[in-house]
Amino acid sequence: MAKAHSPIKLHVPEPAFRPGDTPDFSSLDIPAAGSVRRPPVHVSPEEIRDLAYSIIRVMDDAGAAVGPWDESLDSATAIRGLRYMMKTRVYDQRMVMAQRQGKTSFYMQCTGEEAVAVAQQMALEPGDMHFPTYRQQGLLIAAEHPLEEMACQIFSNPGDALQGRQLPVMYSFRESGFFSISGNLGTQYVQAVGWAMASAIKGDSKIAAGWIGEGATAENDFHSALLYASVYNPPVILNVVNNQWAISTFQGLAAGDSATFASRAHGYGLASLRVDGNDFLAVHAVSRWASARARSGFGPTLIEWVTYRVAAHSTSDDPSQYRPQGEASAWPLGDPVERLKQHLIGRGAWSEELHARAQEEIETEVRQAVRRAEALGTLNSGSKPSIKEMFEDVYKEMPPHLRKQRQQLGV
Amino acid sequence: MNMIEAIRDAMDIMLAQDDNVVVFGEDVGYFGGVFRCTAGLQAKHGKHRVFDTPINESGIVGVAIGMGAYGLRPCVEIQFADYVYPAYDQIASEAARLRHRSNGQFYAPLVIRMPTGGGIFGGQTHSQSPEALFTHVSGLKTVVPSNPYDAKGLLISSIEDDDPVIFLEPKRLYNGPFDGHHERPSIPWSKHPLGEVPEHHYHVPLGEAAVRRQGSAVTILAYGTMVYVAEAAAAETGIDAEIIDLRTLLPLDMATIETSVKKTGRCMVVHEATLTSGFGAELCALVQESCFYHLEAPIERVTGWDTPYPHALEWEYFPGPARVGSALKRMMEA
Ligand SMILES: Cc1ncc(C[n+]2csc(CCOP(=O)(O)OP(=O)(O)O)c2C)c(N)n1
Repeated sequence: MAKAHSPIKLHVPEPAFRPGDTPDFSSLDIPAAGSVRRPPVHVSPEEIRDLAYSIIRVMDDAGAAVGPWDESLDSATAIRGLRYMMKTRVYDQRMVMAQRQGKTSFYMQCTGEEAVAVAQQMALEPGDMHFPTYRQQGLLIAAEHPLEEMACQIFSNPGDALQGRQLPVMYSFRESGFFSISGNLGTQYVQAVGWAMASAIKGDSKIAAGWIGEGATAENDFHSALLYASVYNPPVILNVVNNQWAISTFQGLAAGDSATFASRAHGYGLASLRVDGNDFLAVHAVSRWASARARSGFGPTLIEWVTYRVAAHSTSDDPSQYRPQGEASAWPLGDPVERLKQHLIGRGAWSEELHARAQEEIETEVRQAVRRAEALGTLNSGSKPSIKEMFEDVYKEMPPHLRKQRQQLGV
Repeated sequence: MNMIEAIRDAMDIMLAQDDNVVVFGEDVGYFGGVFRCTAGLQAKHGKHRVFDTPINESGIVGVAIGMGAYGLRPCVEIQFADYVYPAYDQIASEAARLRHRSNGQFYAPLVIRMPTGGGIFGGQTHSQSPEALFTHVSGLKTVVPSNPYDAKGLLISSIEDDDPVIFLEPKRLYNGPFDGHHERPSIPWSKHPLGEVPEHHYHVPLGEAAVRRQGSAVTILAYGTMVYVAEAAAAETGIDAEIIDLRTLLPLDMATIETSVKKTGRCMVVHEATLTSGFGAELCALVQESCFYHLEAPIERVTGWDTPYPHALEWEYFPGPARVGSALKRMMEA
């Protein structure tokens, strides 16, 4: 006789806190700065499986750099990094304002996550290729890509290198090692692996860096990327930016309740590390480690950057609908700008006065660059990219049917 | 009701009436969807009936097929039609063919809702109209409502239907009957008779078109946003067009189309999707097959250009009333 079973219940993961709750991250396991070991770059993935469940940190609560991942980064470089992060933040603020003023349709900030893109860019080499998401503007700023050109893309004006074709923030700047951003999540992660495979096929020494949000790791293409990375061992860094939220969806819905994103690599036999993404020095050191590993032919590294999305998902989003007020300030890994600033002050290389002056200089620089861009037009005023351009680049050579359509439009 | 409320109301009624109905998708549960179509449904019906999914479209459709085969009636959301492609294999190879390949042992009674179309400065990844990719696949039904009344009645019919239904929601119509005049203030559904939506359960059957405007000079075949663009063009040119809102692309109400074209002797097809191999091509073929000897002019198509949907030049791309109007005039001279 069949045994009587009790009814099974569907498990639907829920975040710990929703609007109205008091956020409390005390259950997040954060190891002390300096406590996580630093393996050699040729380490085998099996030997570092535990590092996918830890968090590599360099700066302690007082701002001192400690432990095996402290590379004693020189002050000049660290100050450069600080300024890039500040500039990224100022640029974001300025562009959100421009969106509110109707100068563009849409914008996405990376507030609170600046260290991840900025420090990694500084750790890689010219000629390497990033396959970013829409939240890695810090890569361009740290590559010293002209701000004015970035702003022209946001305004979709005649100075826009992409002819107003793409949604704001979906940049493409090949010369700055910045691959064309797609709006379709996850698609580019596996393309980064392909770029790295090409580098290996051609015997080059360049590496690729793929970028993805923790939410988008749910896409099949994330898994395709890990699969190809594990099979062909190409020189690629697989970055997962875990900023806790994917629009209204908390990170547990992409990883399940207990897994880390770094541990996703294990099923594929890939090396992976989990890192404090708000610790500039840790991001820089771990990126250098992964870059050296890739460039020396030891293959891919998946890195989970633990951080927090402080701002709304985009200018179309209102996070107070789905997460508690004050969650950003309760976030235990702090603010990347503030932390690097304190570290540099502690080192004696920086001060409140220098910081305030830098802030002012950056604001002026950003304001001026954005003004120059605005002078060329914004989405709703001034001139627009040429209508003819809409029909260009669909193919290398325009086929007859498109030529005919262009004529119908009278351009 | 606006179209968002009407769509929500249809799901709400079906969730209450049939405990096999489940609703899920990205940001659909707690938050209620980025366009708010499912707002409040989780709180009312519980998180086992209405829930968030990982960002994985093939998974959304794949699990919906499994659930549908088990006996549930999933009504799932793809956040934008532009993001349906990862799910295309599950839709085209699996949902569409399950009944046929298992000789009816299994089938997939699911609805896949997705916002389509442009007009919101969404650029190439928030503006597409991929209806032809679904009408081309045997085994799928494809529905495009143009107003709140139809949206509710068609969604109820779709959820109750035993075949997989692709339910395309023209996002520019969510809040009002947009006619392409982007420079004018928008009109809310509260000012339009089809924004009047009964609270109870009702059907708008799949496969029945609606004549939106009676006319004698030319038949315009349209669906979604283009219905209002066609109305504006007819009003502005003074050409007495008969405007047919197809509502369901597959099954298609050929009888209504044929009667109209035989009466007017002219036919124009308008859609926002790209021209080449678009649904308009199918309509042209069908009309000439059944009405060839009644046609006084070649059938015209007015559509989006065969390029990706641009951001800055959205209105140069969009087949608005000016383009439809001049095509109408050209046709009448022929
Ligand atoms: C294939 C696809 N599905 C859905 C979307 C809609 N969408 C845009 S961003 C986003 C959330 C992504 O979250 P995450 O990957 O965590 O990155 P974050 O925005 O937090 O940086 C979603 C669902 C999309 N752009 N592409």
